[in-house]
Amino acid sequence: MKHISQNDSLQGKDRIIFVTKEDHATPSNAELVEEDPNDPYEERGLILPSGEINWNCPCLGGMASGPCGTEFKEAFSCFHYSKEEVKGSDCLDQFRSMQGCMQRYPELYPQEDEKESREKDQTSQDSASAETSGANSTSDIEKDSNTTQPNKEGAVES
Amino acid sequence: MLKCRTVWRKLAPLARASSTVCRQNVRRTGLTHGRLPAQVPAAHMSTGPTGGGRENQLYFLLVGVTCVGAGVYAYRTVKGDQLRYQDRIDEISSRQEKFNTENSDTPSESEPVLAAESVEATETQVVPKPEPQAEPVPESEAEPSPEPQAEPLPEEPSPPVPDAEVEAPSETTEPPLAEEPVVEAPPEEPAEPHAVPVVEEEPLPPSEPSPIELTESPPPPEPHVESDPPAEAAAESPAAEPPEPEPQPELVSESVGESTPVSLKVPSHTPYLLIGGGTASFAAARSIRARDPDAKVLIVTDEPDLPYMRPPLSKELWFSDDPSVTETLRFKQWNGKERSIYFQPASFYINPEELEGAENGGVAVLTGRKVVHMDVRGNKVKLDDDTEISYDKCLIATGGVPRNLQVMERAGEEVMKRTTLFRKVDDFKSLDKVSRNIKSITIIGGGFLGSELACALGRRSNDSGLEVIQMYPEKGNMGKVLPEYLSNWTTEKVKREGVKIISEALVKSVTCKDDKVEILLKDGRLVKTDHIVAAVGLEPNVDLAKSAGLEVDSDFGGFRVNAELQARSNIWVAGDAACFYDIRLGRRRVEHHDHAVVSGRLAGENMTGANKPYWHQSMFWSDLGPDVGYEAIGIVDSSLPTVGVFAKATSKDTPRAATEKSGTGIRSESETEDTATSPVASSTPAPSVEQHRDDYGKGVIFYLRDKVVVGIILWNVFNRMPIARKIIKDGEEHADLNEVAKLFNIHED
Repeated sequence: MKHISQNDSLQGKDRIIFVTKEDHATPSNAELVEEDPNDPYEERGLILPSGEINWNCPCLGGMASGPCGTEFKEAFSCFHYSKEEVKGSDCLDQFRSMQGCMQRYPELYPQEDEKESREKDQTSQDSASAETSGANSTSDIEKDSNTTQPNKEGAVES
Repeated sequence: MLKCRTVWRKLAPLARASSTVCRQNVRRTGLTHGRLPAQVPAAHMSTGPTGGGRENQLYFLLVGVTCVGAGVYAYRTVKGDQLRYQDRIDEISSRQEKFNTENSDTPSESEPVLAAESVEATETQVVPKPEPQAEPVPESEAEPSPEPQAEPLPEEPSPPVPDAEVEAPSETTEPPLAEEPVVEAPPEEPAEPHAVPVVEEEPLPPSEPSPIELTESPPPPEPHVESDPPAEAAAESPAAEPPEPEPQPELVSESVGESTPVSLKVPSHTPYLLIGGGTASFAAARSIRARDPDAKVLIVTDEPDLPYMRPPLSKELWFSDDPSVTETLRFKQWNGKERSIYFQPASFYINPEELEGAENGGVAVLTGRKVVHMDVRGNKVKLDDDTEISYDKCLIATGGVPRNLQVMERAGEEVMKRTTLFRKVDDFKSLDKVSRNIKSITIIGGGFLGSELACALGRRSNDSGLEVIQMYPEKGNMGKVLPEYLSNWTTEKVKREGVKIISEALVKSVTCKDDKVEILLKDGRLVKTDHIVAAVGLEPNVDLAKSAGLEVDSDFGGFRVNAELQARSNIWVAGDAACFYDIRLGRRRVEHHDHAVVSGRLAGENMTGANKPYWHQSMFWSDLGPDVGYEAIGIVDSSLPTVGVFAKATSKDTPRAATEKSGTGIRSESETEDTATSPVASSTPAPSVEQHRDDYGKGVIFYLRDKVVVGIILWNVFNRMPIARKIIKDGEEHADLNEVAKLFNIHED
């Protein structure tokens, strides 16, 4: 091993540097390329730049693609475009049919449907304000099961 | 080449000698005749009157022998290829025949798998079993050929008992797999249990097969996973009958003896056809369903299982405390959250036969069928039972099969019986069983799978006294991925998990003696063991390339596709089998879970018109026991120059801590919640770092190609993948990588 300095050495083609917290205390001067918010290749968050909902957002998990996907999309779209003072108050029918559908698949959509839709609203509001909260997630496939079955451990399983 | 050189060296003096002799001859003649002959025989070497003789004959002999040898070798190779090709064709056709003869022999064929119950447990769900029933032959009245189908079909009254299986008369039938999470029908083909996704099928007359049933039917569908009433019916005789008492008029209520072409059971056309039922396929299905409203997606897989995740098969499932884990396939994560390896329970999917009529579309999985021929011009595929399915868009996500060592293949049946090629759920189940009953197990292979399995089994060895040996040709574990110093460090960790490491081991031969497997290495070492697990790589499955006329990559293997994962019009490839063009990193083929998800999603998007290239870099991770883990992204090849920046690891830097902190389950998810944090100037002085020559606790390792970072490993540093992804995406040359390392805040938790 060749020592360049006390904490920096070269082992063949591999360089090894040891750093203390102090060493890394000063801000980095590494330059990163500025992000283009309209980059068409990038993964998008829940709301696309055009204002539409990105149904393929990992943050939604399997909600838009499952057996109740159509009902979910209708309810959520209605909510998203709702201009009422109490957002979504004009969408009760859609939410009701969504809940009805979800009740038929207790395994996929656990009992707490109301909590579910409230959670989804929460997610949408958060995501609407932030840009790409879920954009980095690609392994959502594992995640979605967790979001749709939050009470797994408490759930009764036959 | 070297041989030529040595041969030439030997011959050179002879050549020189002969040419000197020639020259001398010429001069002599010149002298004697007073003048030089008109034509100086310049190149007069071997054929000269005096230049001939023994040396030239020897030379000719040598050349001749080489040519003959080359010819013989070439001939043998070509013949061998032809033979192998012939064998393969024969094998395929014999399979077809065997199938056909079985079909004609057994009157009652396929059995519908009856899925478990509904909440009330009074409903029976009739699930049509995807049976390869190409022939209308079977339909004889007497026989209950279960083929519930929407249309005219040889019906089958299904047994009332939930989970009851009517056994196929076939000799190859297997006992009801009651324990399996998914109820499976007895196979007709040699040993292939079929897991059929159950869908609530309400009692509906066959004449109305629309999936409106799905919405109308009151009783909720059954969770397949809990198959309570075991299928006693297993032992039922072939002529076993109909149903009854129980409820409903199943789909089957139609005339028992109707003969109809079986192929109707499977949709003859599907807008989206996904070949292969793994991670990439499932991700694509989800993507398609999200983007194309009411899309109808058909997944065709030759496995009996619904789509599932592979990583836990070599990690979490082994650490589970639950003794029935091989049945439930559920695992608990550090934070107590439990989940199944299946992406979705069976209720998520709809029945293949209902696909066409499904008003809101859906995802249907056809298990136990293999696509053997692809007609690209006609936009259709042919299954192994001669069923044809036409499509609008097709995804090939066939993954691969585990490679085997040639010495193992030649070793004979006794050795093969004691070998596991690990990849699927069934391999996990059988290895789990085997490992409990033997004294010694050897894993051949030092990469991700081999090392993870070694650690998993090593942990078990503490309780059971199992001897776990791992052998590989490299110097240390993950030798092709980690720089040498880190590979050595990792090997020590693996040893601490209770594994006996035999490095730089090349297997020469394997034999079975006295019920023990003996592995002879090239350097003479002999290893005796009870069972072998071969984890030596994956062979991408490109069987369809020939019939489809698709290009196969010679460097990386797999189907060659462009940056948008497209092979030809209407055909995309994703997952392990795709050799794609990565705009940033160049052409590559990636065999990791997250890549399957990313590429599957992208393929699904492109199948629905997105036209996006592969851009979002996938990552991968590995855990070596519960205390050490890393995440990585990009090209992580140990042959590249690396720069590693390390800090001292505390007990807080473990995978366990990472999940607890972010409150999520699998580590790969937790990177989604995290956002990049900027480095914070610390006011408190840190204690000075002692010589960490051997302690690579936590840090970041950069892999460089032409001074650009193409790969990054986050070593025991978690939730910072977005920063790593950004650096790779930028593709910039950074003068000081220590500055770049600061972005990761490795000292912070």
